[in-house]
Amino acid sequence: MSTNGNGSFVSVEKLTKRFGDLEVLRHVDLDVPEHNVVCLIGASGSGKSTLLRCLNLLEKVDEGTIHVDGQSLTDGKVDVNALRRKIGIVFQAYNLFPHMTVLQNVTLAPRKALGTSRHQAEAHARLLLQRIGLEDKAHEFPDRLSGGQQQRVAIVRALAMGPKLMLLDEITSALDPQLVAEVLNLVRELAESGMTMILATHEMQFAREVADMVCFLDGGVICEQGPPEQIFTDPREPRTREFLARILEAGRM
Amino acid sequence: MHAFLRAFTDPFYFRQSLPDVWSGFLINVHMMVVAEALVLVLALLIAIVRGLPGRGAKPLRGLAIVYTDFFRGTPLTIVAYMCILGLPSAVGFLKNTSSTELGIIALTVVYTAYVTEVYRAGIESVHGSQRMAARSLGLSYFQALRYVVLPQAIRRVIPPLLNDFIGLQKDTAIIGAIGVTEAAAQGNNFAGDFYNYTGFFVAAVFFVYLTIPLARFTDHIIRERELRERAAGV
Repeated sequence: MSTNGNGSFVSVEKLTKRFGDLEVLRHVDLDVPEHNVVCLIGASGSGKSTLLRCLNLLEKVDEGTIHVDGQSLTDGKVDVNALRRKIGIVFQAYNLFPHMTVLQNVTLAPRKALGTSRHQAEAHARLLLQRIGLEDKAHEFPDRLSGGQQQRVAIVRALAMGPKLMLLDEITSALDPQLVAEVLNLVRELAESGMTMILATHEMQFAREVADMVCFLDGGVICEQGPPEQIFTDPREPRTREFLARILEAGRM
Repeated sequence: MHAFLRAFTDPFYFRQSLPDVWSGFLINVHMMVVAEALVLVLALLIAIVRGLPGRGAKPLRGLAIVYTDFFRGTPLTIVAYMCILGLPSAVGFLKNTSSTELGIIALTVVYTAYVTEVYRAGIESVHGSQRMAARSLGLSYFQALRYVVLPQAIRRVIPPLLNDFIGLQKDTAIIGAIGVTEAAAQGNNFAGDFYNYTGFFVAAVFFVYLTIPLARFTDHIIRERELRERAAGV
């Protein structure tokens, strides 16, 4: 598989993103080797979601460069639709299509964007649904499913495109606590299968367990990054310590 | 009161005027069906054009805005006069077009402007995260529109769409005032001949009979779809 010069699958350099006068990301550098899992932590508004959205160009990048799988996203020549087929993203609010059944949700993009035959797309979708134990929900509409089930379908919908990179944007934040585990188990399986992933999360325990690297974002900059053990037990930056102390206080660790 | 009833609902004149008004009413139905089919398609196209993103599409968006502003603001009567009296002399290939067809053009042009706004409201009511989710899967702008945004938008606007169509059905009678012998014009002829207005009443009954099934039909579609979405797989 192709990678760019420094051997990273995802390489972000000096990324800056502004909304009007507000700089939500400032000179962000990030390198993710293939098969690695990177967790972005930080308070709401620290730029985690914006960073993820920049990575599949759902947000326009103002400055800096992004390379994914050896391909530049920021030179203005990229085929956005082709790129997004390689990068799956899952959102906090699931964003399933409410007018389609689970099976239609999962097969829409393979059929229309990749040109897969309906038969083939449905066979693949059923296999994926089986893997998450939801094959009996194939013909349900999303509003008949629990939040955890909806989020798992959203993950499967992204997986159906055969992505090489998965971006997960606080995917358990909208879930009832008892539904979080089923979603995290699926993410854990994905990590074990070698999927390259970048996830924004407030689940510190989970980040500690699955991440190869943890990045702490604060005010639009990556304040500190390192292996999870180091970040969670021996944070070097005062702001990281402060953030983790607050999380600890809130009982979220 | 008695005089009023005699003037408008006399059973004798009711039977007398029925055949003529009915034959006129068939023209109303013809105008309405053709105009509604055209409006459904044209209004959707203009609503889509109006929502096109990017600087390159600005002139197109501008045209769509001018069109809807102009024809939503112009009374149908004036547009109908312009179409029926003006078009045949102004546009060569419309020289031999019948008044009924020209009336259909007038109805289409005016109601397309209304219905464009209805579609647009529907499109804007679909949350941006739906479009974003579709685009994030690699679907193109138009694929996201076609498979994700429009199906949700259109089902939301069926009731207001129907409302505009009932308006259109009734306004076919305005075309009658400009030389098409549809139902209301037949009623008027009848009134001139017999000094009795029951022909109008007959026409009104026809119009009402036409709109009620349409309203019930729409209720039925909406209920059916809700049931299907709630009950699927249970």
